[in-house]
Amino acid sequence: MSQLHELRLDPTGCDAHGFCVEILPELFTLDEWGYPLLNTGTLVAAVPKDLVSAAKKAVAACPVAALRLEKLKS
Amino acid sequence: MSTPPVANARLLPVGPSGQALDLRSLAAHETHFGRLPLIEGPRIGKPGPLVHEIEKSGLRGRGGGWFPTARKIHAVVESAGTRRAWSAGRKPVVIANAMEGEPASSKDAVLLRHSPHLVFDGIQALAATIGAEQAYIAIHRGSPVIDVVLRALADRNDRVTIELVTPPARYVSSEESALAHWIGDGMGTPVYGKRTFERGVNDRPTQVQNAETMAHIGLIARYGGEWFASVGDTKAPGTCLVTVGGAVNAPGVIEVPVGTPVAEIISRCKGFSTEVSGFLTGGYGGAWVATDNLMASDWTPESVAAEGGAIGAGILWALDARTCALHEVARVALFMAGESAGQCGPCRFGLPSLADDLATIAGKSAQMSDVHRLNTRIPLVQQRGGCKHPDGVARFVSSAMHVFQEEVAHHLRGRCSATSTGAALPVEGMRAIPVGLPGKDFK
Ligand SMILES: Cc1cc2nc3c(=O)[nH]c(=O)nc-3n(C[C@H](O)[C@H](O)[C@H](O)COP(=O)(O)O)c2cc1C
Ligand code: SF4
Ligand code: SF4
Repeated sequence: MSQLHELRLDPTGCDAHGFCVEILPELFTLDEWGYPLLNTGTLVAAVPKDLVSAAKKAVAACPVAALRLEKLKS
Repeated sequence: MSTPPVANARLLPVGPSGQALDLRSLAAHETHFGRLPLIEGPRIGKPGPLVHEIEKSGLRGRGGGWFPTARKIHAVVESAGTRRAWSAGRKPVVIANAMEGEPASSKDAVLLRHSPHLVFDGIQALAATIGAEQAYIAIHRGSPVIDVVLRALADRNDRVTIELVTPPARYVSSEESALAHWIGDGMGTPVYGKRTFERGVNDRPTQVQNAETMAHIGLIARYGGEWFASVGDTKAPGTCLVTVGGAVNAPGVIEVPVGTPVAEIISRCKGFSTEVSGFLTGGYGGAWVATDNLMASDWTPESVAAEGGAIGAGILWALDARTCALHEVARVALFMAGESAGQCGPCRFGLPSLADDLATIAGKSAQMSDVHRLNTRIPLVQQRGGCKHPDGVARFVSSAMHVFQEEVAHHLRGRCSATSTGAALPVEGMRAIPVGLPGKDFK
């Protein structure tokens, strides 16, 4: 059983500080208004195995706790 | 069981000479519909038996989403059970959503003005079925039906007292998590990450149903699910209220079986009053459809969706071809941008950007680059909000760009086919783009 991780962004919390975009450019870009845009275009994205530790860092770096990393079982 | 009302005038019954009955008094209401029977409560984590009738009826919510009501009942009761709600004194909460946030809708107000007790009966029946001891009816602040509702409530002696709440008259304050937030904490902004049926009012499982849905429950509790499903569409049984507006000779709220041909709805409203350039279905969170396509369709959520529309809360607006469709769309987009709760970047800044692009396209110096910019921005506001407000606006705008593409081409050549500068679609109380603190007007 492998572990899948999902990153979730709370848009009501996010203040466009942009730390997540700096730490995880593989998953995030900034939109024209300065807000993080996940590569899925939605509020959830799967995190590849090799990016899990970077994702944890992004979660910790967000000053308003708008990011959450969730473990999914598959 | 009393005698079920005739045919297709269930929620808005008519008298012998075809006039709408005034059932505002409890006596008149009970004479017409009979008394609400005793409704049994839930047992060991299962909803009361009325849920089976509601299942049989196939009732789907009339507030816009057309979600099966029985499934919501099961979800709320299940969530109450698993969260030890009963022993912890955290029983479920019921809310009737009569906010009617869509400016082009009047069906909930018309229903409450004629038959408020039917809505209250539905609330009582639902509260009993899920074991709720707290029940609310939410009507937006300043609504003209508040008086009627207060007077009718004073007539009743219910097991569960129905409390009237009046959140601010803002578009997104009618969204279900916003209502629960308002009742619990006095803030009418949507909440992200909590599902209302699990964690609504003060984190209790909360069942929100549209006022019309409640009224249907009030009838199913009396006459049963089979009776309910004896008219309507197989996938969406029963009757529904439709607010027909715009360029028809007799605009207003009518009740029809779901599945009635749109052409028949229009002829019941005495036909078009002028040439029509397109239909808006479902209101400002809905979608535009080309006139001929919709006229050939039936009024069901599925058939209207197949034409690119969205039946939503039952709004059907025929746009007068003498007004500029693009100008109308731009005005509404600006209004909807101002209705954002301002909590989420893509909604707070994205919607004003869409409105800007539309204003340019509707103007005299539209460029192809403006259309391209708008088209790339639409997906940037979709699926990125804390609630579905921006998704509704995106659908409204993108369907307009499709249905009115000839008019767009016209504007790109510096022309406009409008012969009147008058405004058509209602945007009363239109607000400026939000500035300052997010959600500040939502108290
Ligand atoms: C932005 C927004 C506005 C809404 N406005 C209304 C409204 O005015 N009235 C309503 O009944 N539902 C409205 N809804 C839907 C409610 O959230 C909820 O789904 C509905 O009241 C559930 O009732 P139903 O299942 O009986 O349709 C709105 C949803 C959104 C996202
Ligand atoms: S770090 Fe947090 S607040 Fe900053 S952009 Fe990312 S999610 Fe938003
Ligand atoms: S998407 Fe818009 S309306 Fe909905 S919660 Fe976010 S800011 Fe508020």
